[in-house]
Parts: sequence; C-alpha cells; structure tokens
Amino acid sequence: MKRVGALGLTLGLAGCANRPLSYLDSTSPIGSQIASLGWGLTAISVGVCIVIGVLLAVSIWRRRSGSLEVGPVNDRRAIRWIGVGVAVSTIFLVGSAVWTLITVHSIAQPGTPSGLSVDVTGQEWWWSVKYNSSDPSRQFTTANQLVIPVGVPVQVNLMSADVIHSFWVPKLGGKMDMIPSRTNMTWLEADKVGDFRGQCSEFCGLQHANMAFSVRVLSQADFDAWWTGQLQPASASDSPGLQTFMVRCAACHAIRGTAAGGILGPDLSHFGSRESIAAGLLPNTKPNLVDWINNTQTIKPGVKMPELHMLASETDEVASYLEGLK
Amino acid sequence: MVAHADTVDPPLRRRLLETWETAPGLYGWLATVDHKTIGIRYLCTAFCFLLVGGAEALIMRVQLAQPNLKVLSPDAYNQLFSMHGTTMMFLYALPILSGFSNYLWPLMLGSRDMAFPRLNALSYWVFLFAGIFLYVSFPIGQAPNGGWFAYVPNTNLKYDPGINMDVFSLGLVFLGISTVVGSANFIVTLLRCRAPGMSVNRLPIMVWGTFTASAANLLAVPAVSLACIMLWLDRRCGTHFFDVAGGGQPLLWQHLFWMFGHPWVYALVLPAMGIVSDALPVFCRRPLVGYTLVAISTVATMILGFGVWVHHMFATGLPVMSLSFFSAASFVIAVPSAIGVFCWIATIWTGKPQFKTPFLFFAGFVMLFVIGGVSGFMTASVALDWQLTDSYFIVAHLHYVLLGINVFPVVGGVHFWFPKMTGRMMSERLGKWTFWTMLIGFNVAFFPMHITGLMGMPRRVYTYDADMGVGWLNLISTIGAFVFAVGVVLFLFNVWRSLRAGAPAGDNPWDAPTLEWSTTSPPPVYNFATIPQVASRYPLWEERLKESDERSIVGDAVPDGMVLDQGKETIGVSPLDAVPTVVLKMPGDSLLPLLLTIGMAALFFGMLALSLWLIVLGGICEIVTLAAWLTPKPHEAEERVELYE
Amino acid sequence: MSETAQNEVLPVGGAGPVSTAWWGMACLIATEGILFVYLIFSYAYLGSQQNGPWPPAGPPSLKLAIPNTIILIGSSIVLGWGLHLFRRTRNSRRLATTLFVTVVLGTVFVTIQGFEWAQKPFVFSTNAYSSAFFILTGVHMAHVVVGLVMLIMLLVWTLMGRFNQGHHEHLALGALYWHFVDVVWLAVFTTAYLVPQFK
Repeated sequence: MKRVGALGLTLGLAGCANRPLSYLDSTSPIGSQIASLGWGLTAISVGVCIVIGVLLAVSIWRRRSGSLEVGPVNDRRAIRWIGVGVAVSTIFLVGSAVWTLITVHSIAQPGTPSGLSVDVTGQEWWWSVKYNSSDPSRQFTTANQLVIPVGVPVQVNLMSADVIHSFWVPKLGGKMDMIPSRTNMTWLEADKVGDFRGQCSEFCGLQHANMAFSVRVLSQADFDAWWTGQLQPASASDSPGLQTFMVRCAACHAIRGTAAGGILGPDLSHFGSRESIAAGLLPNTKPNLVDWINNTQTIKPGVKMPELHMLASETDEVASYLEGLK
Repeated sequence: MVAHADTVDPPLRRRLLETWETAPGLYGWLATVDHKTIGIRYLCTAFCFLLVGGAEALIMRVQLAQPNLKVLSPDAYNQLFSMHGTTMMFLYALPILSGFSNYLWPLMLGSRDMAFPRLNALSYWVFLFAGIFLYVSFPIGQAPNGGWFAYVPNTNLKYDPGINMDVFSLGLVFLGISTVVGSANFIVTLLRCRAPGMSVNRLPIMVWGTFTASAANLLAVPAVSLACIMLWLDRRCGTHFFDVAGGGQPLLWQHLFWMFGHPWVYALVLPAMGIVSDALPVFCRRPLVGYTLVAISTVATMILGFGVWVHHMFATGLPVMSLSFFSAASFVIAVPSAIGVFCWIATIWTGKPQFKTPFLFFAGFVMLFVIGGVSGFMTASVALDWQLTDSYFIVAHLHYVLLGINVFPVVGGVHFWFPKMTGRMMSERLGKWTFWTMLIGFNVAFFPMHITGLMGMPRRVYTYDADMGVGWLNLISTIGAFVFAVGVVLFLFNVWRSLRAGAPAGDNPWDAPTLEWSTTSPPPVYNFATIPQVASRYPLWEERLKESDERSIVGDAVPDGMVLDQGKETIGVSPLDAVPTVVLKMPGDSLLPLLLTIGMAALFFGMLALSLWLIVLGGICEIVTLAAWLTPKPHEAEERVELYE
Repeated sequence: MSETAQNEVLPVGGAGPVSTAWWGMACLIATEGILFVYLIFSYAYLGSQQNGPWPPAGPPSLKLAIPNTIILIGSSIVLGWGLHLFRRTRNSRRLATTLFVTVVLGTVFVTIQGFEWAQKPFVFSTNAYSSAFFILTGVHMAHVVVGLVMLIMLLVWTLMGRFNQGHHEHLALGALYWHFVDVVWLAVFTTAYLVPQFK
C-alpha cells in the first residue's frame, strides 16, 4: 500500500510542471532552496514509510514455529534493535533540522537588497498594490497584480485592511501572513521571465477561495517601460462610459487622470492591461466584464461590490471604457 | 486463580448488588453514577457526533469533487467545515477516549469505581449539553463559520455578525468544563483508586496515556477557555483583546489557541496509542516489548507537546530566531513517537500474530501513524512549512494522524472490548470487511491530498479553479471518502447485529492478561466482589510468563479477601507503590450532576441571548446545587476500620 | 506487594493527602492557577506589542491597592490561625467567628476594589490595556466572590454543628482554596500594580 502511495506521489508530481501553484519545481532563488529541502524531506519520508512498511510486513508474515501459547520472554535483543531504530531516526531528524535552519537563514533576507519595494494590502477579497519610490511622483497604486523585473529581489511589505490574509506565490517563495496592525516583510525574486499565480492562503471569510493575483516577471527594460506606462494618467475623454463610471463607480474605484478617486475597491487605472477580473476569478475580456458588473453576487457571492442593475447600454459603455484603459 | 462470579458467596453477592446497583426507572437513568454506564454513554454519544461530523464531511466532499461546483454556497460551506472540525476535535475525539477510560479504568485498575463518581456523571452531562448547545445553531443557519480555529479578526463582530461565533466561544467554554472535570477525575483515580500492588510500573499503557492526557488537559484547556471568553467579550462587550482598533492583537488569539491546541491533539491520540499498546500484545501472545520505554515516551511526547505550539504560526512573521527554536522542537518531538513505533513492531515481530479484527486495526494503525508522522516531520521544517502550511498537505497530515491514531485504534478497541462490555462477540467476517473497506477508503480519500497540497491547493476553500489541475485528485478523494463511509456503516451494522445475536463471549475470549478480563462479561455492577491484589503487569498470564514467583490474587472465591461491603466502598492506595492507605466511601445515585448541568446550560444560554435574568437564574441554581452536593453529613466522625474481618 | 497485614486498620475517607477530595482540590488549584498564568501572559503580550507606554496613562495608583492587599492577606492569616485553633480546641463558636471575620475582610476587599475600579479613568471597553487590566483583576475578583460564597457555606455548616465531631475536611479544603486565591492576588498585584511602577 505504501509502495502504491510512493508511486502515486511520483506520478502525480511528474505532471506538475504546468500546474500554476505547484512549488516543487520553482523559478526563484527562494523557491528553489525550499524545493530542494522539500524534495529531500519527501525522499526521507517516503524512505521511512517504505522501511517501516517492510518491517511491519515482515513482522506480521514471517515464519514462526510453535503454538499460540503465552510463554516467558527475553527482550534484550529486541530493545537493542529498538535502540538502533531510534538512533537512526534521530540522526535523520537532527540532520533535517540543521538543513532547515540553514535554509531559513539563507532565505530570510535577500542577498543584496535592490531598493525596489512594493506595499501589498490584503482586503476582503482583493489585493491593493502600491509601488514605492524615493521620488513621490513615481509612486502609483494598482490592484490584483504584481509586475517585477527578472533577477531583482523585490521587497514586499504586507499589510491588511481588515482580517488576516496570507500572501503566497508558490513558484517564487513561501507564504507570509498579512495581519492588521502589523507590517510583515517578505521578498520575491524570479529567475525567469514569465507569469505566475498567487493565492490568498489564510481563511478570510466567504471568498477566501477566490482571492488570487498574478505576478508577471519582465525583463528590466520591459519593467521600466511598464512602470512609466502605469504613471500615465488616463487620457481626457468625453465617452459616455466615463460619465457613467463617474456616477456609478467612482464612489469606490479610482482611475488616475480622472476625477474618480474611490478607495474602497481596487484601483482601476490601466484596467485594460490587467489579466483578470475580480482578483483572479475571470479572464479580463469585455463579455466577462459585462457579466461581472451585472452579476457580482452570483459570480462571487458575498463580495463587497453590489449588483448595480444598470441598463445594458450603460454596462456596455462602462465596460468599453475600462477595456480601453491600456 | 480466576474464579467465576457464580462462586461468590451468595449473601456477599446480594449485599454488593444491593449497595451498588443503580435505582430502576427514569430516576436511575438520570441519577446513575456507575462508571460503566457513563462510559457507554460517552462512547455512544461521541460516536453519534462522529457520524454527524462525517456527514458534514461527505457533503463538503461532494462540493469539492469537481471545480466550480455550486452544491453549496460559500456561507453554507464555511459553516460545514467549521462544524466538521469542531465536532470531530471536541465532540468526538476526546469523549470517545473518555468513554473507553471511564468504562475500563476501574476494571483495569482493580477498583470499584472512579475517584469521584458524581463528578464523572457531571462530566458526561456537561459534554452532552455543550454538544447540543453547539448544534442548536445549525437548524437556524447560524452555526459557527470561522473554522474550528476561529482566527480573529475574521471572527470579530465586525466581520462575523450574527451569533455563529458566540455559539462557538460560549460552547467551547461550556465543553471545557466537562474536559477539566473529567481530567481531574482521571488524575485522582489513577493516583489513589487502584488495587493494592498495582504500582506505577504495572499500569496498563492506556492508563498512562489517559493520565498524561488528563494532566495536560488540566493545564491546556484554560488557555482556550480564556481565549473564547475574550472573543465573546470583544464581540458582545466591546473589549479590545483582539480588536486592532483599540490596540488589540490578532496574534494573541493564535498564541492562546495553539498553546491549548497543540497539547490537545496529543491528548487526542496518546490514550488511543495506549489502547494499541495494551491490546496489540494480546494478539501477539506476548507482553508489550519495551513497556518502560513506551510509558516514558508517552509522558515525554506530552511534555514536549507544550513546547511546539508556534509551529502552527510559522507564516505569521514572528522573529526567525523563535521560529527556528520551535522548528527544532517539532523535530525532537518525533523521537518518542519513533520509540513507540519500534516497540509495537518489535512486539509483533517477536510475537505470534493472530489475524483477528482488532489486530488488523492495530497493525493498520502503525502504518497510518508513520505516514501521518512523516508528513508532520515535513511540516516541522519551518522553511518547507512556508509552502506546505495552509495547503491541502496539512489536511492530509491531520487526517492521517487523527483517523490513523484515534479512529483506527478506537474501532479496533471496540472490537476488542465489545465482548467484555456486552457479553457477546462481534462478527469476525464483518469485522474484516469493515477493516479493509475503511483502510482502502481512507487512503484513497486522503493520500491524494498530499499531492493536491504539493500542487498548491489552499485549504478551507469552497471551490477551486479548473486550471489548478487538481480536479481529478479531488474526485478521487471524494470517492474514497464515500468508500470509507461504507466501512463505517458496516461497522455500525456489525455492532447492531452482534448486540442482538452475537456469540456468547465468556469472561476472557481473547485470553488477555489484564484485570478487566477476570470479571464476567459484562462485569457485575460492583466490578470485583473481592478487591484484587496485584503482583505483576499481566496478572492473568503470570503462571505462563514466569517473571517471578509472586502471584496476584484475583477472582471472587478468595477466602479472607478484601470485600469492602459496608456500603459503597473501594480501597484507596498510595500513588506510587499502591499500598492501601484508606477506605473510600463512594456516593450513590444522585440527580445533582444533572441539576448542576442544567444550571450551567441556563448560564450559557443566558450569555448567548444576553439575558440577565437567565444568567442570574443559572447562577442561583449552581450555588444551591453545589451547596447540596458538598454539604457534610451530620454527626460524621472520623472512622477507622479493620481491613479484614 | 500482594501481602497486606491481616489486621491492618485504615481510616475511612481520610483527611489531607490521604483523602481523594484533597487531590481534587489540588487539581482545581492547578487548573485555575494556570488560568492566571495565561491571563498574565495575555496582559504582558498585549503590552509588549504596543508602541506607546504600558499602561498608556501611567502606572495605576497604589493608594487603595496596597491596603487592600494587606486586608486580603490578613484574611488568610485569620482563617489559617482560626482553623489551627479549631483543630486543637474543637470550639465551634470560635470557628464561626473566625469564618465570619474572614468573610467580612473578604467583602471589604471586594468593596474597596470595586470602588477603585469605579475611580479608573477607563472602562472595560476603552482600549487593549483596560480590557487586559479588568479581565486580569476581574477574573481574580470572581474567584474571591466564589471563595466568599464558599466561606459563607462553611459558616452555615459550622453553625449547624456539622463540624462538631471533628470532621475537618471541608474546612481544610476551603481554606486551601482561600489561600490559593490570596497567593494569586500577589501575582496579579505584582503584574498589574507593582511592575508598572518601575517601567
């Protein structure tokens, strides 16, 4: 049975290269150190299960002579073997503890801090992301996405606006809780360009299951361009979509360059370039956006955004406007 | 020399029966203090809660069988998973072990009853009423919904309006009273109410396990009771223990909860490990290998268990230095567990296994213990835990340890002691079907969760995305869960059928060595007509083990034995060497435990409803009942009696 | 150890550690005692996580707390001494007086502390400090009140003559509980009143 288990584990993991949240293969310095520790401890665990399983099986089915009668016993040899077993176990335990502490020490802080830092605030059930800069005019806010340059350690300051959430990008590193009244600090660094997925990993209420975010890793040049792009305010527009937006949405949402400055919901600047809607729940397409605006409570029951019951034309206009904000 | 109760001197037998038998009818049913009745009540009630918790799990598994199913709303799911955890952790896992211990301890220890029979009845009634208190919230859709761990601020009033978490916090304080009272009873019973000669190195390991767990509970339960009172006060009285707006600290809840929670999970498994340590040797036809090692490792595990609680908080951002300490301690705690595993395997290896149903469950337990243990070993590593925690890997780990180390020994233990409790044997054929169904179902359900966890599926989620790639594994888990449920149904069917038509068991169908097997099946209400005098760990195997020339005096036809028939009496002994030091008078039937419980219920419902008059009424009931309970009898002088007539 | 003297004489029920009730009280004291350890931990933890001073408004006044402590310790001394005399003299009337004086001293303690609470510039729900202070001193106060109820019961039983024949177990265990409550007060007083004076 344990052999089947080990086999199953291997088979299951073999198919995990394209699993977005799997962390036993990793593309970051933190993630890969944890991954090797993980593989090592998994190997020890599987080994222990096999050894104990074999010992158990042999002890049950080995040949014996004699009746089922109770008789005198001498356990000196048995105790000695128990001692051997405990000693071997202790060696593996101590070794694993030492390996753990070495790993912890090496991933607790980035090798050379880069000065790039991001403030991520968890809210019920989305992520507010603020890019820091020594130049105040270069700071900006976005939501539900992180964009970072490849090979650069990024400090992530973690806060919460309401309950405890947890920030986790499995392929790039371990998780860290976001606790109100505290600021926790973690750091991310990616070895390769690509898209990664993050997930809230502390039960935070009704929509804990649907609180995801994306992490996009770009080359340094692309990252600088992205940052500059994010700073651009929305161009002036007299579209009916913007007008509707100001009336129906601006109380909670903000768009840089317009008069909309609501902070209760995600910042929607450059919304058209975002990957997903509603914190990783739906891919960002216009039909999905229309669906979302009309049916928030059906798609994400309990979410703080009410169903607005706008006219179909109004919804369509707002969606067009938002998708145009690249 | 074991003799049948039929050989008891009839006038003595009549006297003992008259003294010890519970009154008939409804009064007796409500007022009994007989530890065997109370033990069976605990077993049945805890099992009912197991079934309810299991049903909750099956519904959850249906919702999770495929991505994005809409069988349950998020709110319904949150209530279900919270009640599943609360029910299993509080209303099943400890009470079922209390049931075994309550029934068996006096029989195993050679005593006539527990130290405090009325307190025993009280601990059962409080358990029952607290369980009902927690469950009345379900029909009104207000069941606890913040998880069994109830992290703040999510469970503060602002984010969890409604009475769900008031039911939870008050219910746990209510239940905690049962746990503490029961623990005190076990501790004092162990220290004082044993047969002469039952020194500490002759105690069954199950007694060691329950004693250790009880001592731990005495010290750990106040932490969660305090945390729950603070939660209730934050919610209903505006205090700021956890509320950040007033300077409160969310992590205070986690520290208090886990300072309780970690010792608690060891309390849930150590007595069950004791069951295996006592019953497995019977089916290996030899004593346990390394008795002293196992006893010491039981105590060591519990003590270490008080020093690892932060491993539930590895991702909270605590200083790396303290996390490292707790990680190291979490590795160290595996050492005593390893001792136990090797002792059990050695017992089987050097013994002659009998493939009866209990043996199958105990052998299966060893393997599940090791699998659960190694997944725990992996989470002990703080760096790896930063990936594993809050994922389905933990769900796999906790179910392997809880079902593997509690449920499997419990089911094996029921098969083992059912003959003693009822006088009938359970069906071996059904038993084997039960074992294999449960074993296969369990592993099919929970092994894949290791993989889903490693693939990043978070826990406590009501649904998941299709592109996470875990849909097929979740489907397998769901199927396994239902197979396991079939096993449980088979077990229940076996119990029901055996109660009506099982083969007669006789006194000692398994040819087991401990004192409970020297009585009839079921035992007489007074347990032993003559108090045994114990000379070794395995009184009924002494002739064959030939460890020494001393022989225990066991059985009812002993001339000049200690009969203690001047009223309800048993012998009290010194804690270590079990030298008789006092004759203890036991109370008879009493309604006071039930009345005290009703008063408590009034207090707690009053707090739930914020009703002052109900609280006052409950308080008055408590004071009056306690006064009646504790009133010294008139004209009571210090008595001294001769032990033998 | 299977041999016991054939003519062994044992007490029935017993007193002190020979009885089971004594051990039961020991368990109660253990579990209630550790409750106070957790309370003190909570108080200290909340303080350690604050940015400002703890207590925020400065240390609490000792004006009433010190005399009150003396009163409570005094009540323990009265009770202990009175029980000691009772064991020797079996004078129930004097015992009743002792119990009565202890109850009075305990009631004075409760009253003075209630008065001190009312004078505080904060209430239970003001902030984390007030919550921690009141739960720490309040849980202790609850134990004192329970102790007073218990002492009154002992007084009533004494007046009913239940202890005339020398059955002392209830008295001994009740006194044990009362002494426990006093020792706990010393810990609470030190934590909440003395330690802040030195910060």
